[in-house]
Amino acid sequence: MLRASLRQVSAALKEGRVTPTELCQRCLALIKSTKFLNAYITVTEETALKQAEESEERYKRGQPLGILDGIPIAVKDNFNTAGIETTCASNMLKGYISPYNATVVQKLLDQGAVLLGKTNLDEFAMGSGSTDGVFGPVRNPWSYSKQYKEKSVPKSHSEDKESDWVISGGSSGGSAAAVSSFTCFAALGSDTGGSTRNPAAHCGVVGLKPTYGLISRHGLIPLVNSMDVPGILTRCVDDAAVLLGLLAGHDPKDSTTIQDDFKPFELPNLTDVSKLSIGIPKEYHAPGLSSEILALWSKAADLFKNAGAKVVEVSLPHTRYSIVCYHVLCTAEVASNMARFDGLEYGHRSDVKDSTESMYAATRREGFNDVVRGRILSGNYFLLKQNYEKYFVKAQKVRRLIANDFAKVFRSGVDILLTPTTLSDAAPYMEFIQEDNRTRSAQDDILTQAANMAGLPAINVPTALSERGLPVGLQFIGRSFQEKQLLTVAKWFEKQVQFPVIQLEEVKRHDNGDFQHQKSASFS
Amino acid sequence: MAAMATMVAAGCGGVWCRARQRCARWPGPGSRPFLRAQRAVVCNARGGAVSAGKSGLAPWIPVVGLEIHAQISSNSKLFSGSRVQFAAPPNSLVSFFDASLPGTLPVLNRRCVEAAVMTALALNCRINKKSLFDRKHYFYADLPAGYQITQQRVPIAVNGSLSYSLCIDNKMSQMVTKTVRIKQIQLEQDSGKSLHDDTRSQTFVDLNRAGVGLMELVMEPDMCCGEEAAAAVRELQLILQTLGSSQAVMAEGQLRVDANVSVHHPGEPYGVRTEVKNINSIRFLAKAVDYEIQRQIQELGNGGTILNETRAFDSKLGCTVPMRDKEGKQDYRFMPEPNLPPLILYDAKSLPANMNHQQVINIDWIHERLPDLPSVKREKLVEQYGILPEHSFTLLVWQQDQNCNSSQASEDGLAEFFESVVKQTQMKPKKVIGWILNDLLSYLKQHSLTVKESPVSSFLLADLLNLLEKKEISSTAAKRVLAELWKGEGKTPLETVKEHKLELLQDQKELEQICQAVIDGQENEVMAIKAGNRKVLNKLIGLVQKKTQGRSNPVLMNFSVPLCSIVLVGYTSSILKSQPSLDASAKGR
Repeated sequence: MLRASLRQVSAALKEGRVTPTELCQRCLALIKSTKFLNAYITVTEETALKQAEESEERYKRGQPLGILDGIPIAVKDNFNTAGIETTCASNMLKGYISPYNATVVQKLLDQGAVLLGKTNLDEFAMGSGSTDGVFGPVRNPWSYSKQYKEKSVPKSHSEDKESDWVISGGSSGGSAAAVSSFTCFAALGSDTGGSTRNPAAHCGVVGLKPTYGLISRHGLIPLVNSMDVPGILTRCVDDAAVLLGLLAGHDPKDSTTIQDDFKPFELPNLTDVSKLSIGIPKEYHAPGLSSEILALWSKAADLFKNAGAKVVEVSLPHTRYSIVCYHVLCTAEVASNMARFDGLEYGHRSDVKDSTESMYAATRREGFNDVVRGRILSGNYFLLKQNYEKYFVKAQKVRRLIANDFAKVFRSGVDILLTPTTLSDAAPYMEFIQEDNRTRSAQDDILTQAANMAGLPAINVPTALSERGLPVGLQFIGRSFQEKQLLTVAKWFEKQVQFPVIQLEEVKRHDNGDFQHQKSASFS
Repeated sequence: MAAMATMVAAGCGGVWCRARQRCARWPGPGSRPFLRAQRAVVCNARGGAVSAGKSGLAPWIPVVGLEIHAQISSNSKLFSGSRVQFAAPPNSLVSFFDASLPGTLPVLNRRCVEAAVMTALALNCRINKKSLFDRKHYFYADLPAGYQITQQRVPIAVNGSLSYSLCIDNKMSQMVTKTVRIKQIQLEQDSGKSLHDDTRSQTFVDLNRAGVGLMELVMEPDMCCGEEAAAAVRELQLILQTLGSSQAVMAEGQLRVDANVSVHHPGEPYGVRTEVKNINSIRFLAKAVDYEIQRQIQELGNGGTILNETRAFDSKLGCTVPMRDKEGKQDYRFMPEPNLPPLILYDAKSLPANMNHQQVINIDWIHERLPDLPSVKREKLVEQYGILPEHSFTLLVWQQDQNCNSSQASEDGLAEFFESVVKQTQMKPKKVIGWILNDLLSYLKQHSLTVKESPVSSFLLADLLNLLEKKEISSTAAKRVLAELWKGEGKTPLETVKEHKLELLQDQKELEQICQAVIDGQENEVMAIKAGNRKVLNKLIGLVQKKTQGRSNPVLMNFSVPLCSIVLVGYTSSILKSQPSLDASAKGR
């Protein structure tokens, strides 16, 4: 049951095969037994059970609120949730309880969804590993899977065994791990440079970054306002489409959302891909791309070609500038967005009281980690009067060029771009932390970032297991606001690759085995 | 929200109350703007240079530019739904956005944009069909987000002008009209208020004002003295109040004026300028600017230099003092506000057909609905009623000075009162204006009342003037009746006339008896008149008036037998023409 898709579990609830309370309790039990994953910062057991109870009443009356009614979900801890702590995995907001719900959270609750808790992340979503939050790193559930255990070479020392676990990717690692380990049926992430797609790839789940402006950012604590989008993490592409349908559309509280109404859609089962033109951007053959993933990528291209689709190599020449461009734009906005954390209105306040200025300084030093402080510092440097033209304005121009690259390719007749999501499978934590956050982010974001620069929709589809038994995903990038086309193609691909289900001891113990669709065929 | 919970209710209300009281003490001669202007020291109003004095060196030319922040009159704030209200309990009008709670986003208030467009049109600006919002960063306790949203790169309007008039002599009769260029108008957020308790070294923050919409108007350095700056601001204030785009009450901080002042020699580039802040009335603006000009001239004359600094006007000492520069040179690290799309305005031509009207602002639509601006209103008053131009100024300007007593800009201004009286009386407007400007105005001033608060309504005054016009009472009696009416006892002018027996003596016989009695007691004068000295007759008439307490009908009196008997019939008409004193009040002193 816990491994079911949204539609399946919704049907089960409607038919009374399971009750919302039962479902909620099972998820909570699984969260407890997978606590070592550190996927959740806050588990809202009490309110979740209450919500489940209310949902149960609605089902009894035959009046569920919607398809999500009674379904346990999780939300990244950088979305405001009324009455529930919202920390951004930072000392600055430890204990901060927001008085309001983010629009996306409100929409989920309005549908009757049961909020299980807030998921772990890198502090203020700045990172690509979910290792740099104040509550500790998220562990990738696949580290404990049968598949990984079997394939990874066992270390001789038992203490090394413990350190074999791999990172979840980030910054929405908690959400990805939560969905991947079946502790919830779907989760919200956020995506600024790849923060939803990257952990989705590492955790073997679907991660959708919608078009900028399609989903409200109101209540999402910003990283880079001009690139942030709420992300959707689900078990399958269909589920992502369901959530998108519920979350998308104009929000009067977010002036950057589209004015037009958004019509939710169901994804057709594509049988004929011969009219499709799939672009393979050559620049995504980036330095550091593992041969394994490269092979998988071309295999996927062949899959489309063999099915009759047109597969063309395309060029996005400015992609190589995206890292440095992103660095300037991101840090500048971070410097600005973080200015509000001064210890006066909310959040951490230092005991240093010599002067207002010293209180500000101490508060911010104590409240933010090195990564956040480093970005604030460089951002302020780029925004200085004498640097503004040289860095910020130039970066904006480059951003425009990057966006134009995409526009040109799509104008040339390409429908969807196919790229890798990550350079390699998930790195072991001990290996990952050898490099600093900035270097890692620069490496890891390289394949995902450009879509944020251009505001385009992109999705990670889990594709295969690596030699080490870890998930590897591929990314599809679509035209602005053409989510339906993007997801339709992704769904077709998903069906072809038959990504294997994670085999976790903990899940077996908590699940009764319903809906367990054992996928035998493996793409790799 | 820990800090906000500790903020006490004491501070802000008190401070502003005091400010208002101070304002209330201004009435009297000082509040007559064009009288006050005569006292300007530095400048001759023709815009000339100021002589350097005895030294005989080249004269100094003062240059004055203004930066004005006008709080937009709107129900809610610029980017949030919180109400806008003066002197509400501290932190009672604060939305999540105003307190900069993480994750909140700005949503532009349509009303504020419309107010800015109206103002821009009234000030002959070029309106940018596309303007942008920027963030201006600095740390201050009453700026919760750490930045202010403003329009640094592309403001909503640029290149406007404002014409204003000021008088150039002691009489009100010589006025010149000048023009100051408006560089730009930009929309921006107001900050909150900090109140420092130095004894306990605490700062209290009130965020009620945080996020209220402001229009920043930049006036080019086209002025040359405090008097000009004051006159320009006064005209701007009138325009804003007429438009309703701002209540523009300086004492309530709805209009804040900073002056940039420098001096230079003719033919030389502008001197180093100082910025004078903390000016909270128009009177102080004139004083502050003039003081600063004199200070700079003196400083330079003594071989000193002028620092590019911010100075505060100390209204008690009447001088400017350097402000403690808290952060040194600030780099505001401007950047585009990413959460607000460009502000697009339309006109009739560019208006998209399928656009929701709630979502677009049509400049032409606003233009068509602009009310008469003060200059037009004044012209109309002069043209329609034949009053003097300076009277039209007083009619419009006076109201605004009074407004500092009330946060509500009164719609029933002095001009409206005047027009209302004119409509209800047969008396000529030229005569009515005297009663308005002398009698009504001096009474209101004396009692610090607004026109609205006048105990004598336009209806009552018209009623009274009708009695006078129909010659049922004398002018002297009319003044006595008015004095009774001020008491506001609800009596009509006619009732008051009757009660105090002020009607003209219509009884010929009674009048003749009085005349005879006067003549009998003034034999010398009678002799003189009989000898042809007609002027002496006025003395007799005066005595009759005195005896009748101004109630004797001058026409009847002159035709009375006793008087006629001593004057040749042929003189009568000429005597009538030279009636003393009756209508003097209407001539507008």
